[in-house]
Amino acid sequence: MNVRRTLDTLGMLFVALVLASPAVLFFIWMLSLSLKFEVDNAAYPPILIPERFAWKNYTGVFESNRFGLFFLNSVIVTGAATGLALLIGVPAGYGIARMRATKAAVVVLIARMTPGLSYLIPLFLLFQWLGLMGTLLPQVIAHLVITVPIVIWIMIGYFETTPLELEEAAVIDGANRWHVFRHVALPIAKPGITVAFILAVIFSWNNFVFGVVLAGRETRTLPVAVYNMLSFEQLSWGPLAAAALIVTFPVLVLTIIAQRQIIAGLTAGAVKGG
Amino acid sequence: MAMQDGPIAAIVEQHPKNVAEAAPVAGARPRSTYWPFVIPAVAVVGSVIVFPWGFTVWMSLHEWTVGGARRFSGLSNYARLASDERFIASVGHTLVYTFLAVVLPLIFGTLAALIFNARVPFRGVLRGLFVMPMMATPVAIALVWTMMFHPQLGVLNYLLSLIGIPPQSWVFNPATVIPSLVLVETWQWTPLVMLIVLGGLAAIPTEPYESAAIDGANAFQRFRYITLPMVAPFLMVAVIIRTIDALKSFDIIYAITQGGPGTASETINLYLYSVAFAYYDVGYGSAIAVVFFVLVIALSLLMLHLRQRTKWIDVQGGA
Repeated sequence: MNVRRTLDTLGMLFVALVLASPAVLFFIWMLSLSLKFEVDNAAYPPILIPERFAWKNYTGVFESNRFGLFFLNSVIVTGAATGLALLIGVPAGYGIARMRATKAAVVVLIARMTPGLSYLIPLFLLFQWLGLMGTLLPQVIAHLVITVPIVIWIMIGYFETTPLELEEAAVIDGANRWHVFRHVALPIAKPGITVAFILAVIFSWNNFVFGVVLAGRETRTLPVAVYNMLSFEQLSWGPLAAAALIVTFPVLVLTIIAQRQIIAGLTAGAVKGG
Repeated sequence: MAMQDGPIAAIVEQHPKNVAEAAPVAGARPRSTYWPFVIPAVAVVGSVIVFPWGFTVWMSLHEWTVGGARRFSGLSNYARLASDERFIASVGHTLVYTFLAVVLPLIFGTLAALIFNARVPFRGVLRGLFVMPMMATPVAIALVWTMMFHPQLGVLNYLLSLIGIPPQSWVFNPATVIPSLVLVETWQWTPLVMLIVLGGLAAIPTEPYESAAIDGANAFQRFRYITLPMVAPFLMVAVIIRTIDALKSFDIIYAITQGGPGTASETINLYLYSVAFAYYDVGYGSAIAVVFFVLVIALSLLMLHLRQRTKWIDVQGGA
């Protein structure tokens, strides 16, 4: 019986390894591509670990003076869109949860269903008319389409589960509703705010379509910049893979560090039963 | 563009019982006192989300190209869609792509959830690795897949050759381009299905399994008659989320094929992009956006309806 159980466990481990392997092998291969010289990347059969590492693929990306600019653009757009979303979305989530305004939630739901591109035609014309193209502002505003609904939704879910008793006690003690929010509800909601923050950062950082339409030469974010490398450097795989890895690296690190929060946020509601 | 999955999951799963239970508490204070908290968000959502919807509908009623004159043309843009072969083909591509990109992640995701729900050594680490593709930057991922799809130098054809399968032309062949793109989409989004189903599995009480074991049910019977009905509502949530995201898919398709070869992988979203931002025909593009929007909402509502018809098993009460 014991042997049987051990074999079962080993069998499960094997299946789990097989399931995780496409993800693991993909990132290993990405790393391999990014560390090889062109000769090695063009070799057949493919080489996994080259004899010489092409560190220049990475130094090349960092040394290009444009990279710093695009990195800064990404940080500004993601930072501003996330910061504004928290500023607006956390109180809104609180208000909606306390008013039990589930109807308001439907608007956010439909926003979730709407293809990002369909916001872009009117926004594009509007930004052009306002003469904002060429600045980062259009992208910051467009990214609000992603970040605001995420924050509102996660915060509604979170505030619905926080106890009302404390808030009621504070009201009896004479606190006004702003003080209740600021000093009672907000501190309790910190874990929820963390989840909202992480998810907003990730989805804003990863966003590509808004940048493709709204970014000019000087206002590209990293995903757009790395995509543009593809058109110019069709055949130099090493630098391209290195750039791709650099772009997605912050997100992967965040995913690993905050795995628990991310899973909680993504499945919020869906797994309420558990 | 798969984003914010919490929202829909939350509303889809809104259990009527929860709402009913919670409602009386609201009486503690007049609801209107909370309006000031919501007003800034209403302003932002109104100007960035609701205004564009309305403006798009209005634009769709005009002949309008960027830099050109604007002329009211009624429903002529919509009439034009009906006879636009490229548009009709893009609808077909979208439906095929969506169907495959829902079914495959659903199968693999459910399988993965069953495995990761069991006692597997290193479960936490393996699950963490498994989830990584979902959070990675889609464009960065797409670039590497493009290299892997390369017919001569790509690693995929090499791997196929190891098991004796002849080389494929993947995204470079109109016949295989959509399945190849779905492969990427499946690779990236199976983890989300896994997470949702895993949540469902975690909520199943142990008693039914215990009585089934006493009755001598085998593993398949336990899955078929206990597990599957219990996680059905969660599977439905996964189907709805996947459908919406697959319909909207843009980054991967645009970065890998730009709708090609020819227009073989041009979905509605990509065609919309070309019309609005390559040809700058914003009037016609808006009409496509409106039709696309209606399609997404109609399919979502259809599935929400089906979702409500799948019998809800009260996992909360049972656990």
